[in-house]
Amino acid sequence: MIVNFTLNGEPANARVVSPVSLLDVLRDQIGLRGSKSACEQGECGSCSIVLDGDVVCACLVMAGDVEGSEVTTVEGISSGDVLNGVQAAMHEAGAVQCGFCTPGIVVTATDLFAANPHPSTGEIKSALAGNICRCTGYGAIVRALDSLAGRRS
Amino acid sequence: MAAAGQGATPLAGGTDLMVEVNFGHRRPDEVVALRRVDELASWDGNRIGAAVSWRRIERDGPRALAQAARTVGSPQIRNAGTIGGNLATASPAGDGHPFIVAVDASIELASTSGTRLVPWTEFFTGVKETSLRDGELVSAVELPEELPDRQEFAKIGVRNAMVIATVCVVVTRSDGKVTVGLGSVAPTPIRAHGAEEMISSINKPSESDLDEFQRLVSEEVRPITDHRSTEEYRRHAAGVLARRLLVRCLR
Repeated sequence: MIVNFTLNGEPANARVVSPVSLLDVLRDQIGLRGSKSACEQGECGSCSIVLDGDVVCACLVMAGDVEGSEVTTVEGISSGDVLNGVQAAMHEAGAVQCGFCTPGIVVTATDLFAANPHPSTGEIKSALAGNICRCTGYGAIVRALDSLAGRRS
Repeated sequence: MAAAGQGATPLAGGTDLMVEVNFGHRRPDEVVALRRVDELASWDGNRIGAAVSWRRIERDGPRALAQAARTVGSPQIRNAGTIGGNLATASPAGDGHPFIVAVDASIELASTSGTRLVPWTEFFTGVKETSLRDGELVSAVELPEELPDRQEFAKIGVRNAMVIATVCVVVTRSDGKVTVGLGSVAPTPIRAHGAEEMISSINKPSESDLDEFQRLVSEEVRPITDHRSTEEYRRHAAGVLARRLLVRCLR
C-alpha cells in the first residue's frame, strides 16, 4: 500500500508492503536518519517524533497507520540552519556526548517547551524519562534546559 | 469490525504489537488500526473508550487510575498506549488492572454482532489470556456509577520510569468497605478477599489489625519467581504496599 502523510510540513508518501515501523520507513526509505534506531521497543526514546501532536517512539508506530497524519522529526524541528531554542541551549551547555540520544532529546524537549515555556527541573526530568542517554550525560542536558527555562545553574 | 472478524490483528497504540513485529515474533498479514476510531476514543462519564490513552487518563482519570497512568512506561508510551490495549494484552503486570479489579469494573467487548459487557472476573483468564473471542475487540471499560471515596495506587519496580511492575496495588475504602486489587502477583490481577473482609469489619483499625491485614494480603497472593523478582519479595511487598495504601485511605 501507498501511505500518504505530512512529513515536516511537506506531503510525503511511502510504499509499505509489510508490517514495518515508521522509523524504518523514515530512515531507510525516505532517508531521514536523524531519528535513531536502537532498542526498537520504545524503551530508549532515540527515535522520538511528533505524531499528530504527541511525542511518540517512531519504532512503535506502524507505518501503515500514518495515512493522513502529521509527522515531525528532528529534521523538521528547526528552520534551516537556525537552531531552535532547545538546540541552541544544548549547544551552549555542551549537552552532547556521543550524540546518539540527542535527536530524541531535542524532539521531546521541544515539545515540552512548546507546552510549558518555564518547566521546573522536576518537570524537565519527568518529560525526559523516556529518553535514555547511555553516556549518562543527563547533568548537562538538564542544565541546558534549566537555563532555557530561565534558571541559571 | 468486519476486518477484525476476518482475522485482522487489532492495532491500538502499538506499544505491545510493534515490539513483537520489530523483533520478528509476529508478522500480521492484515492489521486494523484503531488509533483514530472516534467511537473508541470517547470518554463518557464512567465509560472509558478503549482507545483512550494513558496520557489522558493521567490527566482526567479517577484518582487511583490516574496515579497508575502516571507510572505507565514513559511520556512517549503514555501518549501512544491505551487502556484497551493494556486490557487486551492482559499482562499479569498491567498497571491499569489493579484499579479495574478493585472497583469491580466491566470490560465492553464489541463484534459485528453487537457488544457484551464482561465482568473483570470473567475477562482475565490467564497470563496474557482473556475471554475475547475471535472477531471481538475491547471497546470500552465500564466503571461502576459510584467510585470509592478513597482510592490509592502504588507500584514497586526497579526504576522510577520505564519499568514493568514487580508488584502493583490499589486499595479503596468507602463507608468502611475496603477493596484490594493486586497486579503482578498471580497469572491474572486478583483481589485479596480475606484481607478485605477482615479489615472492612473494623471501624478504626489498630496497629495489630493492620498487621493482620498485611499478613492476609501476603498470604493470599500467588506470585512466582522470575527475572524481575522473587516469590518471597513479591509476597512481602504486596502486603507492605497494601497496608501503606490502606493507611493513606484511612487518613
